[in-house]
Amino acid sequence: MSLKQKTRELLKKREQVQMGGGEQAIEKQKATGKLTARERILSLLDKDSFHEYDLFVEHEGRDFGMDSKVLHGDGVITGTGTIYGAPICIYAQDFTVAGGSLGYMHARKITKIMDHALKMRVPLIGINDSGGARIQEGVNSLAGYGEIFFRNTLSSGVIPQISVILGPCAGGAVYSPALTDFVFVVENISKMFITGPEVIKTVLGEEISMEELGGARVHSEITGNAHFFAKSEQECFDQIKKLITFIPWNNGQKARPFPPKEPKSEFDIDQIVPSDASQPYDVRDVIKAIADDSDFFEVQSDFARNIVIGFGRINGETVGFVANQPLVLAGVLDCDSSDKAARFIRYCDAFNVPLVTLEDLPGYLPGVDQEHAGVIRHGAKILYAFSEATVPKITVILRKAYGGGYIAMNSRHLRADFVFAWPSAEIAVMGPEGAANIIFRKEIMEAENPEEMRKIKVEEYKEKFTNPYVAAAKGYIDTVIEPSETRKLLIHAIEVSKNKNDGRPKKKHGIPPF
Amino acid sequence: MEKKTKYETLCIGGTQYKTTLTEKFKNRKNWEAPNIKMVKAYIPGNIPKIFVKEGQKVKEGTKLLILEAMKMKNIVEAPVSGVIKAIHVQEGIRVPKQHLLIEIE
Repeated sequence: MSLKQKTRELLKKREQVQMGGGEQAIEKQKATGKLTARERILSLLDKDSFHEYDLFVEHEGRDFGMDSKVLHGDGVITGTGTIYGAPICIYAQDFTVAGGSLGYMHARKITKIMDHALKMRVPLIGINDSGGARIQEGVNSLAGYGEIFFRNTLSSGVIPQISVILGPCAGGAVYSPALTDFVFVVENISKMFITGPEVIKTVLGEEISMEELGGARVHSEITGNAHFFAKSEQECFDQIKKLITFIPWNNGQKARPFPPKEPKSEFDIDQIVPSDASQPYDVRDVIKAIADDSDFFEVQSDFARNIVIGFGRINGETVGFVANQPLVLAGVLDCDSSDKAARFIRYCDAFNVPLVTLEDLPGYLPGVDQEHAGVIRHGAKILYAFSEATVPKITVILRKAYGGGYIAMNSRHLRADFVFAWPSAEIAVMGPEGAANIIFRKEIMEAENPEEMRKIKVEEYKEKFTNPYVAAAKGYIDTVIEPSETRKLLIHAIEVSKNKNDGRPKKKHGIPPF
Repeated sequence: MEKKTKYETLCIGGTQYKTTLTEKFKNRKNWEAPNIKMVKAYIPGNIPKIFVKEGQKVKEGTKLLILEAMKMKNIVEAPVSGVIKAIHVQEGIRVPKQHLLIEIE
């Protein structure tokens, strides 16, 4: 056979494999409103940049008649490519081939590309669309999951790991996404759960649909397992591409800078925050008044909305914003918002992204449900994450900074590098109403008109303590600034923090309050 | 574009804050002091067998019934000594979590 003939043979083979589970299965996939695994990879990566490996891998099933079956690529496509020029390792499970079920070789293909990503220090993207473990391969498929989880953990904090849920992802399979940095879900397509509706019905007698149990909205709003929600696969890919522009390729680098751009003039920083500390506003408007081009890429926008996290740029450099949101639950810290912020802070710290904290909170949320849900343990995560972080850390106190909340939100005491306060800042051990009731209890009780006296004392306390100057007098904040100076000062602070070298005691690892 | 947001108040440290509330916050369960005399299902499951009758005297630790869940036949014992006031389940039924099984007085 001539080389030409052999090449023709190769092309034929390749074409066969690229048909995945065949026309019928592809039609079925399309009928459910989903793209095929190959289409997904091609629409996500730069044009013509994808190169596939291990396409001729064959499965290992020997029992239950599996030995006579051909499973193209063993139900997963793996390869390398680029997104806006950034090198990417990628795998996509192919639901048209045996339901994307994970057998031994399927897992081997995934772990091989994961090893490659770690070795090459490039981001890894996994597209999940699988019915779960391939039962016919027994414990071999469990071994496969274990090998994937182990590599997720090894790569954590070294290379960015992104999980895209574009189909069912059930049972053990959900733990790979859970171990990765960012999970993307799409409405009506993504399903994640440990035990499905069927099992729940037979064992517990509770009836629930897949969507209600573990659909995209559930994980975006209630569980917090997902970080980005999209209405279509294309929107989801656009989100992934945008995320890639904000983050570095590995923990030894910084995110690539962009050309600096002024914020849009419609966000007037002097007009956003009401001076009355009990009045709400949307803190995202403050971020947009500070960030380059008013471009704020929010993470987990629908989960624990009382805290806002996400990426933006200041003078071209990626920063991570952590901001209390007075618009929702008065911006309190609670179990969920602490979890949300703490994880993001650790992400930024691991990948050399400076942290900008915008503070305006009345403290932690009171309530039996919070206490019993472990707000002590959860709330501690945010203290741990800020204390541990050694990237440049800047705090701007916009308004309220009360009690434990003041300490938690990247205070000087947790080693913030710069703490700026607006003149509207109220740094105090608690809000004036509560404080006056305690400090002046006797005077209020003994007064002829206790209500009148309470009002007088609240005003007295406000006058004395709810301002930035008491904290400034101790050096806990570095300076009081005009709101309109905020961006200029942030640019400066980041500029002069470029060579920050702050160590922590050497240890195997800490024991964060998981 | 301009949507009128309806604000509610949330009291933290004596101050009434104008803000919005989340579904999760609104749906939170109010705490109730547990009543040891009300024996409830601590896990959803089946009741294959009931050992006691209404009016029967029981001692702390007396077997009340079997609550079968997750392939385990859990024996539910009387948490206190007393008299069975009411049995709210029958053999063979399935109960959700926190379902009242037996009252003791």
